[in-house]
Amino acid sequence: MSSLDSEIRSEALLAELAEALAAVKDIDALEVTKARYLGKTGVVTEALKGLVSLPVEERKEAGSRINKIKVQVDAAINARRDALKEEQLAARLAEEALDVTLPGRGNERGGLHPVTRSLQRIEGLFASMGFSVAEGPEIETDYFNFTALNTPDDHPARSMHDTFYLKDSQGNVQSDVLLRTHTSPIQARYMQAHVATYGGKEGMPEIRIIAPGRVYRVDSDATHSPMFHQVEGLWVGEHVTFAGLKGVMIDFLHQFFETDALEVRFRPSFFPFTEPSAEIDVAFGEGPLKGRWLEVAGCGMVHPNVLTEAGIDPERYVGFAFGMGPDRLTMLRYGINDLRLFFEGDVRFLNQFAA
Amino acid sequence: MKFSESWLRQFVNPDLSSEALAELLTMAGLEVEERGPVAPPFNNVVVGHVLTVTKHPDADRLNVCEVDAGEGTPRQIVCGASNVAPGLKVPCALPGAVLPGDFKIKEAKVRGVPSAGMLCAAVELGMAKESDGLMILPADAQPGTSLRELLGLDDICLELKLTPNRPDCLGMLGLAREVSALTGAMVTVPAIDSIKATHETTVPVSINAPDLCGRFTGRVIKGVNAQAQTPAWMKQCLERSGLRSISALVDISNYVMLELNRPNHVFDLGAVQGPLTVRWANDEEKLTLLGGAEISLDQRYGVIADEVGAISLAGIMGGERTACTETTKDVFIEAAYWHPAAIQGRSRWLTLNTDAGHRFERGVDFADTVTGVERITQLILEICGGAAGPVVDQITQLPSRPSVKVRFARIRKVLGIDPADAEITKIFNGLGFQPKPAEGGLEIVPPSWRHDLAIEEDLIEEVARVIGYDNIPAKPPVGPMNMLGQTEKSRPMDALRGTLVERGYQEVINLAFTPEAWESDFAANATPVELANPIASHLSVMRSSLIGGLINTLANNQRRRQPRLRLFESGRVFERQNATVAGQVDGYRQTLRVGGLAWGGAAPEQWAIPTRPADFYDVKADVEALSPAQPLRFEAAVHPAFHPGRSARVLCSDLAIGWIGELHPRWVQKYELESAPVLFELEIDGLTPANVPVYEPVSAFQAVVRDLAVLVDAKMPAQTLIDLLWSKAPDVLRSVNLFDQYQGKGVPEGSKSLAFRFTLQDTQSTLEDQKVEAVMTHLLGQLTQAGATLRT
Repeated sequence: MSSLDSEIRSEALLAELAEALAAVKDIDALEVTKARYLGKTGVVTEALKGLVSLPVEERKEAGSRINKIKVQVDAAINARRDALKEEQLAARLAEEALDVTLPGRGNERGGLHPVTRSLQRIEGLFASMGFSVAEGPEIETDYFNFTALNTPDDHPARSMHDTFYLKDSQGNVQSDVLLRTHTSPIQARYMQAHVATYGGKEGMPEIRIIAPGRVYRVDSDATHSPMFHQVEGLWVGEHVTFAGLKGVMIDFLHQFFETDALEVRFRPSFFPFTEPSAEIDVAFGEGPLKGRWLEVAGCGMVHPNVLTEAGIDPERYVGFAFGMGPDRLTMLRYGINDLRLFFEGDVRFLNQFAA
Repeated sequence: MKFSESWLRQFVNPDLSSEALAELLTMAGLEVEERGPVAPPFNNVVVGHVLTVTKHPDADRLNVCEVDAGEGTPRQIVCGASNVAPGLKVPCALPGAVLPGDFKIKEAKVRGVPSAGMLCAAVELGMAKESDGLMILPADAQPGTSLRELLGLDDICLELKLTPNRPDCLGMLGLAREVSALTGAMVTVPAIDSIKATHETTVPVSINAPDLCGRFTGRVIKGVNAQAQTPAWMKQCLERSGLRSISALVDISNYVMLELNRPNHVFDLGAVQGPLTVRWANDEEKLTLLGGAEISLDQRYGVIADEVGAISLAGIMGGERTACTETTKDVFIEAAYWHPAAIQGRSRWLTLNTDAGHRFERGVDFADTVTGVERITQLILEICGGAAGPVVDQITQLPSRPSVKVRFARIRKVLGIDPADAEITKIFNGLGFQPKPAEGGLEIVPPSWRHDLAIEEDLIEEVARVIGYDNIPAKPPVGPMNMLGQTEKSRPMDALRGTLVERGYQEVINLAFTPEAWESDFAANATPVELANPIASHLSVMRSSLIGGLINTLANNQRRRQPRLRLFESGRVFERQNATVAGQVDGYRQTLRVGGLAWGGAAPEQWAIPTRPADFYDVKADVEALSPAQPLRFEAAVHPAFHPGRSARVLCSDLAIGWIGELHPRWVQKYELESAPVLFELEIDGLTPANVPVYEPVSAFQAVVRDLAVLVDAKMPAQTLIDLLWSKAPDVLRSVNLFDQYQGKGVPEGSKSLAFRFTLQDTQSTLEDQKVEAVMTHLLGQLTQAGATLRT
């Protein structure tokens, strides 16, 4: 047997194997093919067995040749096995594929009321300037709602507020208890508590609060609800000025509406508990309300009588206070034209502010 | 306060456009609320004198008129108005005129008859909303005169929204003073001379209540013509101020009130019986007011009375008995200073809203009563004739006017700007305050017409106002910088809101007023907090629960075809309480609560989730999520709003903080709901406490998990078993998880099977099997105390 002869024979064998492997479609068939070459009676195994019958001088050379073929056969079978496994995996993966465009499973999110949204922003903006949040009762005494705020009984300013009064348990009208008409009584309550803690004269820390809450007036139409929201603000300190009040309020309004193009004007007005007093109007630089002055807040320097009533020395401490309508601010911010929508609970309206 | 710009300009005429003048007033604190022309634009409308009227040959309702429009030859105009008549002076629109609504007047044929113009009704000129026939012009109007000129139509009406501190601006003179202070323009006051008495008749007046009446000025005018016509110029001023012309005497009285801001009254002297007394009313004293309404008075009200009784409600309204009529011959003019405290509130108590009351309760000028009487006299003599008697002026008690000191440094400190001393002084001079120098500032005696200048700050405001708030720069505020605290020991309300929103709840805000029925249905509250003056009968009480509002919102949204709802609200509820609690308003408990409602599918309808309605346990999980730090307990209890078998009291650290339950079927039916929602209502104070976490080392040893299934009476609450398991729990017990409940095949009737999974873990060593078995035996032993048997 010449070597050339055996070369041709081994090539023929490998070619035949390649053909057989190509025809194999699964692992089981592959194992059958493998047995035909490398099994106990396989072609290669038989050839190795045949070495024994060769003369010693040829045995070594033939052995190495057959082993070389065996390695090649082994490699070809393994390669085919890997390829088949890959095919199988690919088929499984293809089968497992999802419609990734189907909606995700689970609950949907709710949403905050648009006014809450505004209140959270207002609280956040003022917190960044050191204002903490204060609260007070909604059924309020006449004293805190009016008297402590320099609005004595029968002061004409009381007619600016159409006040809800309550009946006692016997059904008699109570003259000294009411639904608060504004959040300003929180000012008076907070100052009195502050003075009780620190004393009003020496070394009293500054007061810097905002007080959001619901307030009540006898009024109901597209721009008035008998219950609505206010945010009161109060800063009492030794360096408080009217110019500073303007600074704070203009800064706030620019931040709230996220535009410096908003015009803000301060107009003299009257509140019994501030002096000087101002009304704050804004005018937008764009949008449907462009150029119209819109009232958004009242403010002023805390009236000395109010400071004195709370036990604070008005000569040493100066304060400013403001009160604004978050309902109105919310309407302007989101383009809402009817205040009543806030209190009707129509989820088609409320949903719009969920995101 | 309504008036026409031309009237104001008669008093002060600054070099400002109409717009600029309005802006000036607004920015000085006299807010211009409305501003508009007295008549819309139109042209070529002149006075027409109707000469002849003849029937149109072909139309019953039309007339053919000869009209003198001041052109020499009369015009022929066809007119359809029923009141057209020869001799009338009426507005005549000439060909080429453009009337409001872009209505162009041309020469035309009307039913075949040529017509060269149009005779106009007020409505066609945009001067009235409706009118009946042609507008009739004064008989002395000159034909051909422009209507705009004749009626002063190129004028602007202004309406001010005045704040209660500025009653001095409720008249032309006061407004003029203000404009003068702001612009420097001079004020021109009409010449008011004192008129010499031509007879000696007076009315004796005794002022018995100086705390009511500080000054009383009176004068008799005899022999007036009460039927005299009010001059057109006066009518026009009154009409443009929103007052109707009534009679010359009444119109003069009103005119002076508006002109000088000097409220007054003109009595029919013939109806006055004997001398007058100014006093507080007697209890149940009756007075019939102008217009005929009878009121019953008491000692809180001031009156002017004659020998018969009250003839006028002091400072508010005159009485019917002594009112001027067409037959009035002699009159008594009264101008008084009523103390604001004696007038305040009275109008409101009587629900009377009068111009006089409005002024007196805010404070009028106490120095101008004589001027006022002279002015009225002057006008009465001019218009109605008559003979004036002497002016009798009695002063009892005028407001004290202590001087107010204002420091230059204080002005600068409060305003945060640096006006010069001289500038400040000039401002006060301009306001007519006549400041006197004082140490470091000025001393000012407030003028008699201002009642809002009692303290330094009041004067600081005047400076700010005249400088202009817009001219005070906005400055960054100055103060110590301190961080705000942020505690971990409580959860802010916003965190609760956030949790609910994440779990699908939409926030709503309902009115705090509710119908009484909601209180009894949902809270069994027979004594709700009741409003004295509710806005409507269905909003008559304050809510003591958020449930009613949530149910109502649900019902409304169901009507709008919403398939599924999750709602929540946070707000105060109101209850009566007898105890006095510090910091609370006596008699009332006002608690902040959060309430929620779930109705419809447990999840939004979706391809991947089987559809099932939300139930008690879905909502229970939502409630539990609100208190992550403090575990909540639920115990079966009955609540008026809820299904008695599906309702639980919620406890946190042994404190009852609220309720959860499915709506009672009775209310589902009554409130027309499609099916029962599950609701919760919790006190926010009970939910907000939180813990600062404290680290515990993680055990290095393997945990052991064991299950135990027991049979127990079907009515036994699971919580009882869980409590037993934990009551004497071995150290190694880490968690108990009730993972299965089963009733049915394999479980005896009346029993249920509960399966628990326990996690056991030691921090010191690996748990030996023996120890595990001992623990499990103990746990089973605990369960048997509740009658449980091991399920085999």
